[in-house]
Amino acid sequence: MAYKNFILVCGGTGCESSRSDEIYKSLIREAEALGVSHDVQVVKTGCFGFCEKGPIVKVLPSESFYVEVKPEDAHEIIAEQVIKGREVTRLLYRKDKNAETTKLEDIEFYQKQFRIVLRNCGVIDPESIDEYIVRDGYRALEKVLFEMTPEEVIAEVKASGLRGRGGAGFPTGMKWEAARKSPGDIKYIVCNADEGDPGAYMDRSTIEGDPHSILEAMVIAGRAVGANFGYIYIRAEYPLAIERLKIAIQQAKNYGLLGKDILGSGFDFDIEIRLGAGAFVCGEETALLQSIEGKRGMPRPKPPFPAVKGLWGKPTVINNVETLANVPVILTRGAKWFASIGTDKSKGTKVFALTGKINNSGLIEVPMGTTLREIIFDIGGGIRNGKKFKGVQTGGPSGGIIVEKDLDTPISYESLTALGSMMGSGGMIVMDEDDCVVDVSKFYMAFCVDESCGKCAPCRIGTKQMYGLLDKITKGQGEEADLVKLEQIGKAMTKASLCMLGGSAANPTLATLRHFRDEYLEHIRDKKCRAGKCKDLVVYEIDPIKCIGCGLCARHCPVPCITGEKKKPHVIDGSKCIKCGECFVACKFGAVVKR
Amino acid sequence: MAKMTLDQLRALRAQKQEELEKRTVEGKDIQVIVGMGTCGIAAGAKQTFDAIVAALEKHNMAGKVVVRQTGCMGLCYVEPTVEVVMPDMPPVIYGKMTSDVAEELVVKHLIEHSLLDNHIFDRPAVDIVKH
Repeated sequence: MAYKNFILVCGGTGCESSRSDEIYKSLIREAEALGVSHDVQVVKTGCFGFCEKGPIVKVLPSESFYVEVKPEDAHEIIAEQVIKGREVTRLLYRKDKNAETTKLEDIEFYQKQFRIVLRNCGVIDPESIDEYIVRDGYRALEKVLFEMTPEEVIAEVKASGLRGRGGAGFPTGMKWEAARKSPGDIKYIVCNADEGDPGAYMDRSTIEGDPHSILEAMVIAGRAVGANFGYIYIRAEYPLAIERLKIAIQQAKNYGLLGKDILGSGFDFDIEIRLGAGAFVCGEETALLQSIEGKRGMPRPKPPFPAVKGLWGKPTVINNVETLANVPVILTRGAKWFASIGTDKSKGTKVFALTGKINNSGLIEVPMGTTLREIIFDIGGGIRNGKKFKGVQTGGPSGGIIVEKDLDTPISYESLTALGSMMGSGGMIVMDEDDCVVDVSKFYMAFCVDESCGKCAPCRIGTKQMYGLLDKITKGQGEEADLVKLEQIGKAMTKASLCMLGGSAANPTLATLRHFRDEYLEHIRDKKCRAGKCKDLVVYEIDPIKCIGCGLCARHCPVPCITGEKKKPHVIDGSKCIKCGECFVACKFGAVVKR
Repeated sequence: MAKMTLDQLRALRAQKQEELEKRTVEGKDIQVIVGMGTCGIAAGAKQTFDAIVAALEKHNMAGKVVVRQTGCMGLCYVEPTVEVVMPDMPPVIYGKMTSDVAEELVVKHLIEHSLLDNHIFDRPAVDIVKH
């Protein structure tokens, strides 16, 4: 017995609510009625991520993609497609009403994602160099070594419009050119894999899934700027990524793709791994170089830029993992192709680690110019448990929160900065109504207090002072004047800090103050946290009408501060309560209320 | 292999390309590919991998199937993920493939040629490297 067709019915929450279960049942019923239940299997699947056109039904192997299917359509799908082998054209997805139906292979399909950086992730075995090679791996290197001059390589990267994916967005080609033009016979290429934002794991996944793309790009960069040595600076807490890099380096050496006289071209290039101890500041390029040199990781003023005076005083190119992963594709597919993707000033794609209160958390890659709404609601499948969207934090502790009204902004370096956030490295944390903005700002500020290297006063003192003020507000001891102080210190820190750690540390606080000032004032004036996150402002009480006196809350209370006779309403002693919330979770009757 | 020249690299690519088109690895025509990035491993991909290997042994399928690893497919919310590529069946990506579903996968998909309910997910994007 073998099925000839498979009908996949989307069983995601969006489609479930639009009657996908009925469709599933009627498809099975129709298949039986028409006597073809041995030829076709009907299965329920996970979310296809195209919920606004749901319910979705997909037929394999023909790859027919049906949208807005109704239970009444089941008969036609079985009768036409399964029995006669003809697609039900009226149900096929069309980009707009007049367009021809779209085939699955078409790029502008329902999938909003487009994978350049992650092209091999989840496709090849990362520990097999042959699998990388067969998927155009090291083809760009062939071109660079045998068909192009270094100047042509730089011109191509410049023409592609590729900009640094570590966050700041400096044009990669210009960085390479500056390093090429800097005098000196010893130059270095450094790959910055010191990914440290809370909630970000783009670089880790890229290295774990496709380590050779980074190695290939580093050799290309070396050839372009005239460097013969490269370092990959990666944090020690990424053991799997390090392991796979080591394997990849060894394989490349064995094949003669690293080392002396690469592929007989006469060009030498070698790579070593340097482990970081996990200090956030070492993601800043000058601090990173100090750390490679074996010194304490602290930034220094720029200029001179590393492209002029970098590692051991030599011209050095520092590129982020994601930036490098784009390079081989730019050279094989051409700058023109790459520049056709994205917006006017931000070309190509961006990888985001989508996390937080979202249904489909994951690692995603979208063309620049995609809107946040598409990312959160189409790819991400919306907010978990039907809660209300509150904001999305991009750029981690250096970024800001973006609110509902700005969700339709197409993503680019400039547009996110204009919204008071930043592209950052690509962490994207979605918050819902249960998140308190003051608490979130305090969390990021605490992170910056810990991670500030202490070299410059604005950052060392500013982060600490801002943290103190935020802490005061979450404890209900804040004053309105504190908000002015927060803004003053924040602005001073932004202007006067030595590096971007301090320069951006105030961003989350300043952004929330701008968008959610009323919530700050609520904490200060009414001693109230509407999300119920700020423990000191929450009061737990028992509703005497709902309470049946089962005593479950009292048994869970660790203090204990809940008393009452059996079968009679219990009472919480507010003076003893430590606000752990155990009673709230334990009560089966919703009698414990949070105020 | 010793150090390669440009021509040798090109020859290797062409040879591997041919193998890929035949869709056979080590003479076996069924491939089970487990997503094993940090995220997958944290969700139990190693246990899944082992359970699949054990189930293949149990059902005398080990000689026909190659079980491989790959990096993160990006579907963090349904890890562990497993892709199955085999003749006469459409390639399918399964999510939420914990070790207890491994035997069901081997029996239903590999032996009975039918798909598993409630586990199928979509490849997140088209492949730009496809030839």
